[in-house]
Amino acid sequence: MRVAALNFKRKAQQSLRNARLQSALGKIQVRFVQARAEAIAGLDDFAAVKRRATEIRENVLANLDAWLERFEQEATRRGAVVHWAETAADANRIVIEIARAAHVKKVVKSKSMVSEECALNDALEAAGVQVVETDLGEYILQLAHEAPSHIVAPVLHKTKDEVSDLFAQKHALPRKTGIAELCREARDILRPHFVSADMGISGGNFLIAETGSVLLVTNEGNGRMATTLPRVHVAITGIEKVVPTLEDATTLVRILPRSATGQDITNYVSVLTGVKNSDESDGPEQFHIILLDNGRSALLGTPLQSMLRCIRCGACMNHCPVYQNVGGHAYGWVYPGPMGSVLTPLFAGLADTLPLPNASTLCGACAEVCPVSIPLPDLLRELRHRQSEQDLRPRLERLSLRLWVWLALRPRWYARATSLASRVLHGLGGAKRRLRWLPGAGGWTDGRDFPAPAGSTFRALYRARKIP
Amino acid sequence: MRTGLFVTCLVDLMRPAIGFAALKLLEQAGCEVAVPATQTCCGQPGYNAGDNAAARELAIKLALEFADCDYVVVPSGSCAGMIRVHYPRLFPDDSEPARRVRALAARTYELTDFLVNIAKIQTLPGYYRGRLSYHDSCSGLRELGVKQQPRALLARLPDVELKEMEQCETCCGFGGTFAVKFGAVSTQMADNKCRRIHASGANAVVAGDLGCLLNIEGRLRRIGDAATRVLHIAEVLAGEQGKVPCE
Ligand code: SF4
Repeated sequence: MRVAALNFKRKAQQSLRNARLQSALGKIQVRFVQARAEAIAGLDDFAAVKRRATEIRENVLANLDAWLERFEQEATRRGAVVHWAETAADANRIVIEIARAAHVKKVVKSKSMVSEECALNDALEAAGVQVVETDLGEYILQLAHEAPSHIVAPVLHKTKDEVSDLFAQKHALPRKTGIAELCREARDILRPHFVSADMGISGGNFLIAETGSVLLVTNEGNGRMATTLPRVHVAITGIEKVVPTLEDATTLVRILPRSATGQDITNYVSVLTGVKNSDESDGPEQFHIILLDNGRSALLGTPLQSMLRCIRCGACMNHCPVYQNVGGHAYGWVYPGPMGSVLTPLFAGLADTLPLPNASTLCGACAEVCPVSIPLPDLLRELRHRQSEQDLRPRLERLSLRLWVWLALRPRWYARATSLASRVLHGLGGAKRRLRWLPGAGGWTDGRDFPAPAGSTFRALYRARKIP
Repeated sequence: MRTGLFVTCLVDLMRPAIGFAALKLLEQAGCEVAVPATQTCCGQPGYNAGDNAAARELAIKLALEFADCDYVVVPSGSCAGMIRVHYPRLFPDDSEPARRVRALAARTYELTDFLVNIAKIQTLPGYYRGRLSYHDSCSGLRELGVKQQPRALLARLPDVELKEMEQCETCCGFGGTFAVKFGAVSTQMADNKCRRIHASGANAVVAGDLGCLLNIEGRLRRIGDAATRVLHIAEVLAGEQGKVPCE
């Protein structure tokens, strides 16, 4: 998926005008925000679990190389093959090589954001391999040729009606309207694919170092089938997902679904370890684990390291008032919302993602709900700082800021300038004491009046009051 | 108790009445109030635009201006948060200015927080009659824990009826330059806020940050609501705005 973050503003405006999208986004409040609040309230001591989860993630990052080596050892010992991919292109190449060597014609996929990050489907299809997404949301998107707009609920931007139309058209079956019927229809179509696929591709929510296992949380059961039915299983995930022990993983599993969908636990939690033994009837013959760096290791030891704690729960976007209003596509890549506005610039470069760190009021709702205490507003501010240091901000903005600071450091000039501004704007405000239009501030006055100042500044009035 | 009043650049320029209301409240609470004449801006616009150097210069200036005050009080959660929470991050070292700035941070308070927890104000000078809804401005709420303080103070005004709006903690969309840079998104966020204010049944909305108030008032007036009053908490508590019954 190509990064298209530069036109955030235009796409955001389109989103605001898109009535269907707006109605789809309306679901966030009940389905995610309220659901999370209730699930959190049901936990004995949420703050303590959150502290522990943060600690686990932070400790791993302090010794990431050592934990990854341990993971590789343990996974290898149980028959899995661990591959290291430095870039997305490397990851794709590795998957294709595995597919070629195993004569794979068809792949079933369970949901994986890292595979979206790599645009793996495109690469596989270009190599002549058929790819079938089996997560319902991802399947819908594959039919519609659309990108996910949310990391947990990829099809959040679509209404049920749109899905009904899509299925009727693509499946050439009578149009269904009930959710259960739609699910059944998708299931009927997907089932044969699981059986005929040669390879299953999944993500990995956590990598467990002590056992070399990949832990997967899913709700639809497709993940379990995609990882156990085909003869080859490829799990692809980021290097930061490793945790030391099963115990640690379960702590994180206590907090991940609660933060994500408000579930106490997902319908399925799979711990996938090694290949099928000779005395076992289920499981893949080959188990490949691809660990993607793609810029992650470069964050270690920097002010942005805490971003690597992320467990991809989506709570930050669910609670972000900007995301709630514009949805995920405006952000222009795989990861939307506050976590995306931090990650996308790090993966795709500051220059190609200029609007993202600024597309936030820094209200702090994201950091408040993040289960691993990532200070997202601080990270966004750090990226703004880097933009400024690298002279990437627009000239006009830089000039006006410099003028403001110049004045603010010179109280006498400042007093004159603000006095003048107050008087002029007050005059323009007229009897209604507000302006409907202000040059250079169309962004404000297109949708709001600008309340006029009082005509004199506080400092002037205060001085006059003190000198009788 | 020598208390410095940092009126903030926005109050100075846009709505001096809030500065005088804060002054009145501090005096009523028994403070000896100093208002340094050279004060300007805390540097937040620079800081949030990534210009840390500019923010640092203004921080040093502010620390000098309020050097002789036991406390510094700010009628804005976001400017108080800038000083209290963010200044120390800009000055982590052990230099003389850094120590001075960190000391300033430690004795800086948001107005309602100060009135309730430090000055322990006994009687409020203001009188207000009407149904108010309180919007929790983001920085005050999340950086400084300003939540109960304004409500506790409002509860002491006998004829105020507090009508909480839904999602009173959701950002109004101001966000400083965000409001201009991403005007359409900001407007929709303000519009959501206005709908909730209307649904609350209040006829006035109150907050602790002028930025939010300008944003909310701007949207209310644009959608044709000239009636709902938009007030700073200091104005309500000091009575500068509320002397005349408004219903
Ligand atoms: S940044 Fe935090 S809240 Fe957002 S997805 Fe990651 S873990 Fe969840």
